[in-house]
Amino acid sequence: MAASAQYDCVVIGAGHNGLVCAATLAHAGRSVLVLETSAHVGGAALTREFAPGFRVSAGAHLLHLMPAALLRELKLESHGLEWAARGMPTTALLPDGPPLLVAGEHAEPGRALAPDPAAAAGQAMSAADAAALSSYTAQMRRFAAALVPMFSKVPPRLGTTDWSDRLALLRLGWQVRKLGRRDMRELLRIVGMNVYDLLEEHFDSAALKGALGLDAVLGANFGPRSPGTVLTLLYRLAAESAAGASGLSQPKGGMGAFCDALARAATAGGAVIRTGTPVAGILVEADRAVGVTLESGEHIRAQNVISNADPKTTFLKLLGPRHLDTGFVRRVDHIRTRGLAGKLHLALNRAPPFRDVSAASLRGRLLLSPSLQHIEHAYNHSKYGEFSASPVMEITVPSVNDPTLAPAGQHVLSAVVQYAPYALKEGWQSGRQRFVDTALDTLERVAPGLRNCVLGVELLTPLDIEREFHINGGHWHHADLAFDQFLMVRPVPGAAQYRTPVPGLFLCGAGCHPGGGVMGVAGRNAANEVLTQGLKSP
Amino acid sequence: MQHPQDLDAIIVGAGHNGLVAGCYLARAGLKVLVLERQPYIGGAAVSRRLYKDFTYSNCSYVCSLLRPEIMRTLELPKYGLQIIPYEGGCTMMQGGGHLAMYDNHDALRREISRHSKRDAEAYERYSRDVMRQCKFIKPLLMREPPDPTSFKPRDIKELLYLGKRFHGMGEERMYDTLRFWTMSAADFLDEYFESEIVKAHFAGTSIIGTALGPRSPGSAYVLLHHYMGDIDDTVGAWGFARGGMGAVTSALGASFQASGGTIRSGAPVAEILVRNGRASGVALADGEEIHAKLVISNMDVRRTFLDTMDAKELPDEFLRQVRNFKIRGSSGKLNIALDGLPQFPAIPQGSPCTRGDMHVTDTIEMMERAYDDWKDGRWSRAPYIDMLIPSQIDPTMVPDGKHYMSVFVQYCPYELADGAWTAAKRQAFGDTVINTIAQHSPNFKDLILHAEIRTPWDIENEVGLTEGNIFQGELTMDQLLFNRPIPGFAQYRSPVRGVYMCGSSTHPGGGVMGAPGANAARAVLRDLGRSP
Repeated sequence: MAASAQYDCVVIGAGHNGLVCAATLAHAGRSVLVLETSAHVGGAALTREFAPGFRVSAGAHLLHLMPAALLRELKLESHGLEWAARGMPTTALLPDGPPLLVAGEHAEPGRALAPDPAAAAGQAMSAADAAALSSYTAQMRRFAAALVPMFSKVPPRLGTTDWSDRLALLRLGWQVRKLGRRDMRELLRIVGMNVYDLLEEHFDSAALKGALGLDAVLGANFGPRSPGTVLTLLYRLAAESAAGASGLSQPKGGMGAFCDALARAATAGGAVIRTGTPVAGILVEADRAVGVTLESGEHIRAQNVISNADPKTTFLKLLGPRHLDTGFVRRVDHIRTRGLAGKLHLALNRAPPFRDVSAASLRGRLLLSPSLQHIEHAYNHSKYGEFSASPVMEITVPSVNDPTLAPAGQHVLSAVVQYAPYALKEGWQSGRQRFVDTALDTLERVAPGLRNCVLGVELLTPLDIEREFHINGGHWHHADLAFDQFLMVRPVPGAAQYRTPVPGLFLCGAGCHPGGGVMGVAGRNAANEVLTQGLKSP
Repeated sequence: MQHPQDLDAIIVGAGHNGLVAGCYLARAGLKVLVLERQPYIGGAAVSRRLYKDFTYSNCSYVCSLLRPEIMRTLELPKYGLQIIPYEGGCTMMQGGGHLAMYDNHDALRREISRHSKRDAEAYERYSRDVMRQCKFIKPLLMREPPDPTSFKPRDIKELLYLGKRFHGMGEERMYDTLRFWTMSAADFLDEYFESEIVKAHFAGTSIIGTALGPRSPGSAYVLLHHYMGDIDDTVGAWGFARGGMGAVTSALGASFQASGGTIRSGAPVAEILVRNGRASGVALADGEEIHAKLVISNMDVRRTFLDTMDAKELPDEFLRQVRNFKIRGSSGKLNIALDGLPQFPAIPQGSPCTRGDMHVTDTIEMMERAYDDWKDGRWSRAPYIDMLIPSQIDPTMVPDGKHYMSVFVQYCPYELADGAWTAAKRQAFGDTVINTIAQHSPNFKDLILHAEIRTPWDIENEVGLTEGNIFQGELTMDQLLFNRPIPGFAQYRSPVRGVYMCGSSTHPGGGVMGAPGANAARAVLRDLGRSP
């Protein structure tokens, strides 16, 4: 190697995965430098002021996917992580009629959909549905549990003679076999289905089906009738049960505070984090990644370069196609990275006036997806670059659990609003205000008078997310989570094991297995891969 | 007819798969009786005279998937089957103009490059990759899918075979295959082509007969399913059966009888009889009982197990999964007698592309919107149509100077959101289709002498296909290979000993392919300890 490396590892991007990766590497004794373009750590997982005195988690607003073991190992609580709420309930809001409590407080994870006695007793859910819900939930939990071991593993390569790959495949098969023949056959039957048909098989209540179905398409480029949505749902449940005991949680101070704790964990291990330091490109010498060039022109050399950036940005912008063969570049070009989830933030002069919503429910997650047809219709528009007149939403009111986010007595509403197509036909310039009005009108139907409480509004479209957080396409998961962008073909064949065709260059972002959401598993798996496969300093 | 006790096997339904199964069993020396509800045989592969001297292929209308090994073994040409390949095909564009299809590779390349030079290049890659997938799947068509939930040596052997073939493609191709089987036709085509018209034309086969849109994951496979046609061993070649699709089943019927099989038409089976947990024969609607130790059902699984068998004889879990088997009506059909040849101004005079499949859907978005209508329980306001005028190539179907047009329509629901089908609604559906065609053919309406309009409801009632699904079950990834019809029962056997399935509900699915019938016969013979 020409010049000697200054670091064992340089991590491009201080998103949560980059930080988890850096912390893991640092604690394993590697010298680590993290480079972040923006002035703060966290990437899209940050807390910021969007209206005077009102702060909100700009990206994901709930923490429910990060493995408890990972939280423990990184000692995040000793690094300042506090919880504003854990085991938050899930309630379905209905435009006509009382809300439906879908999952009670402290519902176990992987069982985020556990029936709540109150709800079962209430007129909203029939006894039959309540019974079906518990058997359905139990079954989905068993299936999800069978998938859990996939998460912490590097996806196997196909067709290699490498025994670790073969074993990984066998292990996968074995997990499923362990379910027993009856369950295995049922899993085989449903795993390729769409969530619409699955829920039609089990339940009567349109409201219940709508609520259960939303989790299958949140952040996905799908409607409930798209084949593969049972997989996305199982996947979410599997991640939740891998996450362990806390269920839907809200970090005190928002996702930003959570990432600050991650950053402290990394620096405590000796990692150096430089914010406001945009990387211009990846240095390649003799077909090997040997460091990075900053936009300032500064060169930083390292044994291993690990990119938290999305695959398209990493390969096409930072590395450059000239270092890759055309087939690989074509695959990268074809990664579907267009986001469909918008994020709406409201500054409110009081608690949002949701009709008939209990104080307990207001502390939790509110779903606005009255029926599967409703979701499907909302999705239909997105296929043609339009948005629906009544979008579906996942809503939280973080300031209820965490008053530090808003002035005394006032509140913040945070909603994931779908579907907001990245490539809106009319363009987001003119579409933005119409989208906001549409969302507010939709909310008004379940929270009469809400409009009059609004002091400030912020909408993040996928286009905004792309620009502000440097995520190509503005997709939560950096790339659609779907059968054809899954496991050993995620993000693309040849880079699905966190290694890339360029020795010394690794991926650690949501574009890799097992994907996005504030999970951190991609970062952790990538770190392990660097530790076993990467170069060490002499 | 034969004396009951001589019978070895009864086949319920004289569709092409029932007859194929019958042929193989009869050739193996079994005494086989085929029972058909209708007064004529053929199921959905029939030629019918419903108006004067016009012959309609009034259900299935193209011959492309029929396995050549079956055609050879059963000597179908000897029994009168003659297949004439399409001479072209095309998609007409809304604003005039068209994309023509030629079987001559270079001609096709030139045609595509009229729309996009880049796509003409991409077409090489595209056809190579599609061909590769066909080659991977072809040998699997005539095999019994393994049961991954079983430890039986045979299943493990077959799983290994599958794995070996898969492995044999090499690492890169394996990934391509994984993706191909699970992605949407729209995404698949986006990876090759830029021109809307080119994408729209190739996307067509991905929605035919399926309750999926071109953007639904899994539709790429359906696209390929239709490419598995095998005339003259050129993958994807399509053709007309001389005399209409009935020629296929009448040749099968003749071959079957020549090997000693018996056919009774106009004999509807009311129940498959089970005694002491195994098949004992069937009861006809008029009460007559016919006994045999083997009953092989050509009906779809829903009809076989829910309508024709006593639920007490079947496990609850099995029945639940059969009830949840997805078999949705999504296709309609018009059969039109024409006073002459309609003009299509978009197409140059004398171009061969009117002597093949003609389409008028020139964007994938149109197809997807047509699908959205179906999801909401409406027939597509701008339907995808696959129209053919076989009489240009096969004059035997019509009186001199007249023509027959077959129009396949996607999408048309089995149940309408606004209540049951009525004569008026059927007519309105027909008008929608006719107007769609008339937009591209000024003299079309004036030429119409007679039009038979068939909704999924009509198809169910006449042919007996549940919900009028032409494939006897959705070809979605959750219902393919060892999942077809349901996991654990993909090997043509049912939970009841002696009761078998041989219809398109089983692997490898629909289309006039005959593979399910042949595979079922092989399973029966193996269970009898005879080498097929």
